[in-house]
Amino acid sequence: MKNDDKLVLGGKEFSSRFILGSGKYSLSLIEAAVRDAGAEIITLAVRRANTKEHENILDYIPEGVTLLPNTSGARNADEAVRIARLARELGCGNFVKVEIMRDSKYLLPDNNETIKATEILAKDGFVVLPYMYPDLYAARDLVNAGASAVMPLASPIGSNKGLATKEFIQILIDEIELPVIVDAGIGRPSQACEAMEMGVAAIMANTALATAGNLPLMASAFKSAIEAGRMAYLAKLGRVLTRGASASDPLTGFLRN
Amino acid sequence: MENSFFVDSGKLSPAALERKHRLENDPSCRTNHMEYMEGMEMIESDVCEKVMSQVKEYDSTKYTVRDVIAALEHETCTLEDFKALLSPAAEPYLERMAQRARIETGKHFGNTVYLFTPLYIANYCENYCVYCGFNCYNDIRRMKLSMEQIDREMKSIADSGMEEILILTGESRAKSSIEYIGEACQLARKYFRMVGLEIYPVNTDEYRYLHECGADYVTVFQETYDADKYETLHLLGHKRVWPYRFDAQERALRGGMRGVAFSALLGLSDFRKDALASALHVYYLQRKYPHAEMSLSCPRLRPIINNDKINPLDVHETQLCQVLCAYRIFLPFVGITVSSRESESFRNGIVKIAATKISAGVSTGIGDHESKYSGKESDSAEGDEQFEIDDARSLDKMYQDMSREGLQPVLNDYLYV
Repeated sequence: MKNDDKLVLGGKEFSSRFILGSGKYSLSLIEAAVRDAGAEIITLAVRRANTKEHENILDYIPEGVTLLPNTSGARNADEAVRIARLARELGCGNFVKVEIMRDSKYLLPDNNETIKATEILAKDGFVVLPYMYPDLYAARDLVNAGASAVMPLASPIGSNKGLATKEFIQILIDEIELPVIVDAGIGRPSQACEAMEMGVAAIMANTALATAGNLPLMASAFKSAIEAGRMAYLAKLGRVLTRGASASDPLTGFLRN
Repeated sequence: MENSFFVDSGKLSPAALERKHRLENDPSCRTNHMEYMEGMEMIESDVCEKVMSQVKEYDSTKYTVRDVIAALEHETCTLEDFKALLSPAAEPYLERMAQRARIETGKHFGNTVYLFTPLYIANYCENYCVYCGFNCYNDIRRMKLSMEQIDREMKSIADSGMEEILILTGESRAKSSIEYIGEACQLARKYFRMVGLEIYPVNTDEYRYLHECGADYVTVFQETYDADKYETLHLLGHKRVWPYRFDAQERALRGGMRGVAFSALLGLSDFRKDALASALHVYYLQRKYPHAEMSLSCPRLRPIINNDKINPLDVHETQLCQVLCAYRIFLPFVGITVSSRESESFRNGIVKIAATKISAGVSTGIGDHESKYSGKESDSAEGDEQFEIDDARSLDKMYQDMSREGLQPVLNDYLYV
């Protein structure tokens, strides 16, 4: 991998393009997961960090890793803003992943509320990474609201179903001039690799690792897949023929000047 | 089992005894349990009709092994699949159901298990529910904690490391007023991240007030969704009004509560129908209030003070496990709470399959946490317990046990916003 190929978020450079989640698995595995994933950013739910005693997730995050607190639990923009500000008070820094869900069953993000929260938080000095349903209009609004990236879902969160929204993510890659980070639904390293080949800037994954038989090993597999996908994207993929064959003689050879 | 609950206390006056016997033996002297009492808010809602029309038609014996296998093979569980999974035909497939349930639990909750403790602040009750230890005719030590006592109890619990509390009262609006409960919630906010309530059902504006005081989760057990059976068990008091109780969760959500919890007391009536009704209550309310958090509990009848005869055997651990697996497969996103009425071995097993929340450090008595937690003799009066618990593990012990089982105990996953 070229050393100058960096992911830039909020003016900060990252060599790794794998954003690791910290939910659904034992805190004692976080350190190994971060190490084997080569991750430089880890998300955490502010509501999980807001604890008094026993084990606090913040104590398990290795030094030097950028925290990306998320606003899970927020049902509207106002709640997301309050949770983001609490994260800052808890010492989680200025990065925030805005996550607003008004549906407890599918946990789909509410794009409208997310745009509102993004605007408020960006003006407040946060580096805002909004989790969204991959909709072009919403993505444009998020750009205008001051987002530092957009984070479209690949398929429903926790489902491990892969790139169900592939066509729409491709549209965002083509049209949005911010990093597009695929978040939610990536279940296998091969799916992460495919998304990276498309030109996605980074991958965020959690459940795929948390539900794997060997979490650190799966973290390592994702790391390799994401790097492979990135290299393939930079190398520019070879052509794929969708129909017929390629004529060995030019079809236009009969033309005379 | 009908009327096997009745127990006469020797301390009742002849007049009280006569009234009690009349209530027990003469249905005509009881009020209409479907009629709202004065002050009870009636809301416009179609949820009850939706739930009960399905329950009425449910015949668990018509489902076959073929229906059960098909249900387990479907990627998403339909209502018909759920009915099959609750049926007797599914019992031989319990292991397969458990395997499927475990996968669903893992997808939504990972290996986490949430811990909480209940705190009874009063045991006065105005109702005659024949199966309950707190019922108004039962001769128990009644008590209502003062705010100072509540503060001490909460401090003891918070010092143990607990961050979520469920405040309970007996169902007496006169003795445990909304203001009293609200004050207790305000105190609880000082000590805990999450405050839940399990009190008598109230009106929307009262739920709003309690939410503003710091409560964010309301649990109401319907006891049984079989209204005819309900009538024979809840003979006196506001709790007798079945439809007002049914709509409690919806009023709580309209009052701004983040989440609501549901249950039937399995064993009071046909447990398969009651389990179906409980899950459908969640299902239809979630469709109407998609932002709300929902959870299911699964109490069975346990022995109560002065009435050792009550020990219905119709819901064994196998059936309870079947109900919980069916809940999980049909409603993969809901929390499932298993109380300390169940044994240590059952709770250790079920958290690996379907349950996501368990209580620890439990006392169902009034005002005895301080003495129980500190191990010191109490110098003040304590109120009697509502029921006997089976799993008496402390928070520390539970935390260690859950960790040893490969689970991640979580004390808080919540923000009051």
